[in-house]
Amino acid sequence: MKPRRLWVNVLMIVYFLFLAAPLAWMLSMSFKTNAEILTTRSLLPQQPTTANYEEIFTEPFWRESFINSLSYVLLNTVITLAVSVPAAYAFSRFSFTGDNHLFFWLLTNRMAPEAVFLLPYFQLYSAIKLFDTPYAVALAHTLFSIPLAIWILEGFMSGIPREIDETAFIDGYSFFGFFRKIFLPLIGPGIGVAAFFSFLFSWVELLMARTLTGVNAKPIAVTLSRSLGAEGWDWGVIAAAGVLMIIPGAILIYFVRNYLAKGFALGRV
Amino acid sequence: MSIRNNRAWLFVLPALLVMALNAFIPFITVINYSLQDILPGLPAIDVGLENFQTVLKDDLFRNAFVRQLGFSFLILLIEVPLGVAIALALPKKSWRATVSLIVLGLPLLIPWNVVGIIWRVFTRSDLGIVPLFFNALGYDYNVALNPVDAYWTVVIMDVWHWTPLIVLLCYAGLNAIPDAFYQAAEIDGASSWRTFLYVTLPRLRSVLTIGILLRFMDSFRIYTEVFLLTGGGPGTTTTFLSDVLVRKAVGGFEFGYAAALSLIYFFVILVISYAFFLVLTNVSSGSRTR
Repeated sequence: MKPRRLWVNVLMIVYFLFLAAPLAWMLSMSFKTNAEILTTRSLLPQQPTTANYEEIFTEPFWRESFINSLSYVLLNTVITLAVSVPAAYAFSRFSFTGDNHLFFWLLTNRMAPEAVFLLPYFQLYSAIKLFDTPYAVALAHTLFSIPLAIWILEGFMSGIPREIDETAFIDGYSFFGFFRKIFLPLIGPGIGVAAFFSFLFSWVELLMARTLTGVNAKPIAVTLSRSLGAEGWDWGVIAAAGVLMIIPGAILIYFVRNYLAKGFALGRV
Repeated sequence: MSIRNNRAWLFVLPALLVMALNAFIPFITVINYSLQDILPGLPAIDVGLENFQTVLKDDLFRNAFVRQLGFSFLILLIEVPLGVAIALALPKKSWRATVSLIVLGLPLLIPWNVVGIIWRVFTRSDLGIVPLFFNALGYDYNVALNPVDAYWTVVIMDVWHWTPLIVLLCYAGLNAIPDAFYQAAEIDGASSWRTFLYVTLPRLRSVLTIGILLRFMDSFRIYTEVFLLTGGGPGTTTTFLSDVLVRKAVGGFEFGYAAALSLIYFFVILVISYAFFLVLTNVSSGSRTR
């Protein structure tokens, strides 16, 4: 590789400072009392307190909504992968009537402005009796996650030579045997990356999750925006919840980082 | 290259069914709304295409539309080159790569309402550290009153929030380029700029297509973060299309108008995305896989 020049390092340092600054501010706020947040502005808390975190860990509704969020996000990831892996296989290995149009159509589903689709979604999921369950949110989120997952997986699968499929069939593998024993391990990295993005977009989405849940399945992002104290926003608790909400994703990205490093092959586009 | 086989539809079917549940039924409902005048408590009245005409003539829509287009192209112009540059500069191995990747992932993992709240606190003149910084430089920064400040704060917030997505996608794409390509370029004596232009960039086409399309579609629908940061103001400086939509649908109970607006909105995103898709998939189409 070519030697790294000075300006590259400067760019990286400036960029990562920019990236970290709001996060550091949030982390610092999460250890401050509301009085301190509103009166002084210092980078480090003057009187560090863990009261904000204690409030979150002791209030049952925080824990419940955290579990609610995690359950629809995981459900969404599972559904997405279960239907996307075969679909991506079809796109990468076969050409069939309407395949290119279908591929683009899948993507168009990310374009629907959520705000107006909220009411139809509410009606739809009430009609099929899934309102206020994690299933409703998980299914609704597949609208965004399936197209992306298919796209990512198709890219990875196209990087695996077709000869591998053919050799396996000649060796007497059944289709499912081949898929399970040979193909799935090969596209492991792709599945990791697709799972990461499904998780990500489901975890951060709020409008739909809020519309499709009532009391029982309320997600954590909604609980968060309702934590209004008597004097307005409870900034410290919000910051602490924000910090805690990053953790599951950060763990996930730690595990998929090597897959990201392995990269996409050249796919359909 | 590919085997022609219509039984492949069977593999696509499960995905299609799940998507259809979510895509077709609500979409048809919205089309219905768009052709009606709906008032709470009263039966809906069919009004034909009147809602569409109202939307297209409405200055609120027109201005928000132009503002939205400007915003989406501006952030693409910033985020895509910046994302590619950062991805190129990222360390390839060692603990530094791990730390960089995790830090890059963090903004993406924060729920959008929290992003809006963080930036609001970060930039508010009575709570934030950004105003302190600008005041120290002698600039009177005020996100709530100064339209220029508000607009650029929203742009910078989006750059902060979403550039990592481009970086992660490009980083994955870069790692898929075999070293042999670079060695060949080096033997040919290509400058680093030409190597980038003729070796790296074409191989990034696939991930950049995903990245650009995702960023375009998602920025066109931006709502939560901006709403919490500026509330669309001051004035209408940061009132983007979804904001108009939500005001009409939720605030004004004008479902017919909102439905017509969202169909126009959808159509515009569709056309522009399709144009991007065609352009991006046909650049150097010689290497297309099919």
